[in-house]
Amino acid sequence: MADVAISPPAVHRPVTTEPRAARIVLIAVAVLFLAFFLLLPLVVVFVEALGAGIGTYWKALVDKDALAAIRLTLLVAAIAVPANLVFGVAASWLIAKFEFRGKSVLTTLIDLPFSVSPVTSGLIYVLVFGAQGLLGPWLAAHGVKIIFAVPGIVLATIFVTFPFVARELIPIMQDQGTEDEEAAASLGAHGLTTFFRVTLPNIKWALLYGVLLCNARAMGEFGAVSVVSGKIRGQTNTMPLQVEILYNEYSYVAAFAVASLLALLALVTLAVKSFLEWRYAGELAAQRRH
Amino acid sequence: MTRHTRLRSLAFAFGLAAFGLAGGASAADVSILNVSYDPTRELYKAYDEAFAAYWKEKTGDTVTVEQSHGGSGGQARAVIDGLPADVVTLALESDIDAIAANGGKVRKDWKGQFPDDSAPYTSTIVFLVRAGNPKGIKDWDDLVKPGIQVITPNPKTSGGARWNYLAAWAYANAHDGNDEAKTREFVTALYKNVPVLDTGARGSTTTFAQRGIGDVLLAWENEAFLALNELGPDKFEIVVPSLSIKAVPPVAIVDANVDQKGTRKVAEEYLNYLYSDVGQKIIAKNYYRPIKPEAADPADLKRFVEVKLVTIDDPQFGGWAKVQPAHFADGGIFDQIYKPSK
Amino acid sequence: MAGAPSLALRKPSVIPGFGLTLGFVLTYLGLVVLIPLAALVLKTAGLGWSGFLAIASDERTIAALWLSFSLSLVAAAINAVFGLVIAWVLVRYRFPGRRILDAMVDLPFALPTAVAGIALTALYAPNGWVGQYLEPLGIKVAYTPLGILVALVFIGIPFVVRTVQPVIEDLDSEVQEAAATLGATRLDTLARIVLPTLIPALLTGFALALARAVGEYGSVIFIAGNIPYVSEIAPLLIVVKLTEYNYAGATAIATLMLLISFALLLAINLLQAWSRRGFDRG
Repeated sequence: MADVAISPPAVHRPVTTEPRAARIVLIAVAVLFLAFFLLLPLVVVFVEALGAGIGTYWKALVDKDALAAIRLTLLVAAIAVPANLVFGVAASWLIAKFEFRGKSVLTTLIDLPFSVSPVTSGLIYVLVFGAQGLLGPWLAAHGVKIIFAVPGIVLATIFVTFPFVARELIPIMQDQGTEDEEAAASLGAHGLTTFFRVTLPNIKWALLYGVLLCNARAMGEFGAVSVVSGKIRGQTNTMPLQVEILYNEYSYVAAFAVASLLALLALVTLAVKSFLEWRYAGELAAQRRH
Repeated sequence: MTRHTRLRSLAFAFGLAAFGLAGGASAADVSILNVSYDPTRELYKAYDEAFAAYWKEKTGDTVTVEQSHGGSGGQARAVIDGLPADVVTLALESDIDAIAANGGKVRKDWKGQFPDDSAPYTSTIVFLVRAGNPKGIKDWDDLVKPGIQVITPNPKTSGGARWNYLAAWAYANAHDGNDEAKTREFVTALYKNVPVLDTGARGSTTTFAQRGIGDVLLAWENEAFLALNELGPDKFEIVVPSLSIKAVPPVAIVDANVDQKGTRKVAEEYLNYLYSDVGQKIIAKNYYRPIKPEAADPADLKRFVEVKLVTIDDPQFGGWAKVQPAHFADGGIFDQIYKPSK
Repeated sequence: MAGAPSLALRKPSVIPGFGLTLGFVLTYLGLVVLIPLAALVLKTAGLGWSGFLAIASDERTIAALWLSFSLSLVAAAINAVFGLVIAWVLVRYRFPGRRILDAMVDLPFALPTAVAGIALTALYAPNGWVGQYLEPLGIKVAYTPLGILVALVFIGIPFVVRTVQPVIEDLDSEVQEAAATLGATRLDTLARIVLPTLIPALLTGFALALARAVGEYGSVIFIAGNIPYVSEIAPLLIVVKLTEYNYAGATAIATLMLLISFALLLAINLLQAWSRRGFDRG
């Protein structure tokens, strides 16, 4: 198996690794921690979902409202992720390639949505677009629906997934410095050409990883979406909201079935990422040496 | 799937959503939205079907009733903020009053629009205990005993929880001879025995039934019956206290929305039909107390136990307009219960 | 503000796109994040100072904020320690199942918080898989502040692992070898050479985990007891105020949380910039 890390297997360099006993203890700590905090909740989801047999599981998934929720979730992610992708690339270019005043404030502002409670994220859009909000009366007069409709859900999702791509790209692009781009620019390359030919090949893995995470979070967001959704069955319920609704209807199996789809999605995301890392390990290692 | 077809299917999904939100294409198809609270899911699932059949027969039109369920207060807030409800069927009068007061989407005199103060069904608060009633819980004063764990949702976020709170208050008030200080003490002691305050009635039922927390669950009567049926008749039993409250969940037309959408006629008929024999039968079947018991199936009625009920208009409460600010507003009596004593 | 202080807006550079990206980033940031957040501040400003202070100094608000921020700090600290160990193990050691473990770290990013909350409650309730063994020991997790901590640790762990991991991968083994050749013990090398290099990334991870934990609602709400003054988190208080149609109160608490978070993040960002300069380039 090809590995990502640069350091060759530990046996060859005893001076730069820990004693065997320490390694075992550390591995045990890591494995136990992850098993307890991450694996166990995941197992619960699948055990509960399949507890009543595969037939019940399948029935829960092809339910009309569940399918509507799946469609809506896909739609929302299909809008929110590309939007944040473009933003993330632009923001990281700006922050990594230029020195300007207020940069650290800008970086903090980009991180800000991470620290805004999902509840608040929903609330702010209600304050702007709600019937009692700043733009509410104007929107109502023109028949534009944002809150309690798809646009509101998309906006709230964009907000909560805002920093993901930028967060992944900024450190990588900072590490790579500006020499390559400066060289390209002084040779007269066009800005976009420079980006696609010089920068993109260096950042594509981070970019992909950012997109995967952004997508996973976009599909899984609960708090913010629940404030702006209105919870109309079959219309404005995303998958996480559908999970809550089913749970509240004492349909625990169905709730966990939909939840398991989301968990499955999480696993597929992670599998894709791991596969790509494995497939292109050589390239990645070379890139890290820059 | 290629990227292209996926995009197309997404566009299709978007189209579907837009189609649904626009409320149907042909003139004969009409769609209304009923914004309701948590425990009415099963009731309205059954009722919406019956109403659609009735409406089809009467007018030849197809009506689709969309449902939205959630905590009563949160649902009212959503309607205030623009959720396009045609009708609201909430847990508390004060929640509909709030819609009327904030933005005026419901007229101020909504209570007079339908018979019986716009309440086609009532319910009450009962106890759900574990099978065999191991802690011997019979009445409200058993709930304040040390070591008893009571499960009830947060009255701030749940309509049902307010009825729970008021029922306890009414009992204490009757036993203390209208001494407010003592009544407060009683209710405070009760809430000191609450280990979890869920945000909604359904959350509390799950905490009690699935997580095994607590000795007694305070619940809507309909909720208790439903939990019994759904989660195991052999695991729980219902205890009816000596005195409880007449819980009145009202309904109303959201005037601003039906006038904008042109759905007033069907929305009004939707609420009116709740008072019909068919409606009342469905109501009783779903464990709500029908306003016209004569229309309901006697077998369904037999399930309701005779209990002395205090109403919200009783002098000790003086109606929702008084109860809401005094007990549940910011810094009201309920908030004071949790204030750490200094 | 980074770099040498200068009066110019930016240092000159031959790389194109400054104006374009700055314009786009500011517009997008403004429309999606800043204007809606300004609406929040505006709504809060409507309260006036005295109204805002009344809510901010309310005992219950303080109790909720204290609970949220203190538990988040503890959770972020736990995540910093274990996240570092996990990242170290994943990068430096080879053992069966390492890749699966590595992939699993991202799970909390991807698993919807409501699902996580339900699953964690199912695990740690007194009749749950884990809870039933803790109950006889007198340890209550679900419906106590400890339960909140578990949920916050769950959602925060990938932030630390994923920010520290690449730095460990890039660690310069030559310096370590040199130190070892010069007679430094492994522990010395770790403490004096390795750890300082990791600190900026560790700080970032800590900050992100903290920021995420402070606002978390979906997973916490199921496992917390939600008892005022004991296990009521600040986001829940916002929801409570909202259902009371108390927009002013809700926005005031949201603004308070935002201010504290922003201050913490900015402090950590500056600390990080400082430590990066100190250790990397210095």
